[in-house]
Amino acid sequence: MNTTILLFLLQDGITNGAIYALLGLALVLVFAVTRVILIPQGEFVTYGALTYASLAAGRMPGTAKLAVVIGLVAFAFDLYAMRKTLHVPRIARAFGLNLAFPVAVLLATMWVADQRMPAGVSLVLSLLIVASIGLSLYRIVFQPLAHTSVLVLLIASVGVHLALQGLGLLFFGAEGQRGPTLLTASATLGSLRFTGQGMAVYGITIAFIVGLWLFFGLTLYGKALRATAVNRLGARLVGIRTTLSGQIAFLLASTIGALSGILIVPITTLYYDTGFLIGLKGFIAAIIGGLISYPLTAVAALVVGIVEAFSSFYASNFKEVIVFTLLIPVLLLRSLAAPAVEEEKD
Amino acid sequence: MSTLLEVSDAHVSYGKVEAVRSVSLTVAENEIVTIIGANGAGKTTLLSAIMGVFPLKGRVAFLGEDMARLEIEDRVARGLCLVPEHRELFATMNVEDNLQLGAFRMSKAHAARGFEHVYTLFPKLKERRKQLAGTLSGGEQQMLAMGRALMGSPKMLMLDEPSLGLAPIIVAGIFEIVAKLRQEGVSVLLVEQNAKAALNVADRAYVMELGEFVLNGKASEIATDPRVAASYLGFAEAAAS
Repeated sequence: MNTTILLFLLQDGITNGAIYALLGLALVLVFAVTRVILIPQGEFVTYGALTYASLAAGRMPGTAKLAVVIGLVAFAFDLYAMRKTLHVPRIARAFGLNLAFPVAVLLATMWVADQRMPAGVSLVLSLLIVASIGLSLYRIVFQPLAHTSVLVLLIASVGVHLALQGLGLLFFGAEGQRGPTLLTASATLGSLRFTGQGMAVYGITIAFIVGLWLFFGLTLYGKALRATAVNRLGARLVGIRTTLSGQIAFLLASTIGALSGILIVPITTLYYDTGFLIGLKGFIAAIIGGLISYPLTAVAALVVGIVEAFSSFYASNFKEVIVFTLLIPVLLLRSLAAPAVEEEKD
Repeated sequence: MSTLLEVSDAHVSYGKVEAVRSVSLTVAENEIVTIIGANGAGKTTLLSAIMGVFPLKGRVAFLGEDMARLEIEDRVARGLCLVPEHRELFATMNVEDNLQLGAFRMSKAHAARGFEHVYTLFPKLKERRKQLAGTLSGGEQQMLAMGRALMGSPKMLMLDEPSLGLAPIIVAGIFEIVAKLRQEGVSVLLVEQNAKAALNVADRAYVMELGEFVLNGKASEIATDPRVAASYLGFAEAAAS
């Protein structure tokens, strides 16, 4: 192997690793706050990517309608929960979040789908659609199960993944799609060529990680989310609603998932079920980080990306096997370090 | 004095085991009420159930409003606050963040006044404001737990074993603060195993045994009751004579 190939593989690995880092961070966040192992994170990737590609191609994505339908169900859930204490501001908030928001996004999407707007508009709409789906999914599936065990939450999570994957096939078909690049410019440094899309991946990933760091470190809602992750009962005792924390966590996770998809769909052809595999690689990084540590997850994600790049060069048939095998020594080491972990009880 | 908290015929169960049986109590405005009793009597369970942590059969009313359908967070919003036995601090966050989250539902101006108030009551917390809560000493953690609760400007504070595991000098300081809170218009429902200290600071007291109240009255009268003296104050002979 010469230096050019080595640098090229490193560059490729870091680009993929940056995406896995975003997904891994979202998985850690959702697990820390809600104890949900978010298997459908991969579907957020697919939905984001294919919604963006559909809009760019001038097609109306089915995800915008799905957001309205499940928003309606979420609103019905909220109304049922509030039936005994009809509190007008809360009903108005539920209406705005669950129904008015996805309907407004649907109308905007219908208008944009006919117009062939710039990629930036498709990007924002795709993020809003998937964010709305993420919020409603939390309300319908995970909020009612919030007090159950991690195992029950995991089973529900698998169910949501399968349902979303099936709907993905319905909305986008079995054919793969590609989206337009966000940046067309490119630069050359020595023997390395940096494409605009590659730079967008680096830039947006770094901006998002810095943004999350500022959100958690400086804002009251970010601190409330951390507090819920550290001590759920303590958070409730100061008046932080765990449902609010769950909503914020799912909002961030679905947005991050969709953004990751939008970043890679100009580089790779994505199918309705590709997101699952991408999400799993973020999951490996999250597991290496113990589903707790954000910095360790980010570093692990870069390692996963680089190992994947080198495996596809040396043994492309075994690429996935090598990447997923990374998990075994980590799990072995972790099980030796902490032989018994009792599940947290409320 | 009008009634702030009214608990009537409360029952709390863990599965088939009834930990609290037919308990009724009241706490008025500007009043310190204590519940004393041996370990396992059901004091902590009762306090947690009043806060909504466990389901409770019976009626809990705060400022005349039935609390049955309210979640913990709604009870906090009404002005009811619990400082639990295990403190439930945000261990990996610093003192200042813990306090700030205590005022989660309040405006920024209110939180600023809250910081000033809490740092005046507990100057040690100001010195430690950048230290992680999990690395504080037991006494400092208790101060932080109380300070965090006070940041939300509660009308009533429920303190569960605030003296547990603390050095006597720190316990004295904690009880001084409890007395100060009454002067500031905060009512206190205090659960304590340190019966002597609790009865000294309280206006009224309930004695709990095996999930039931067996005695209640003015704290000064309870303190001189021979049964209480024998069981909880450790001077049976003196009381008998």
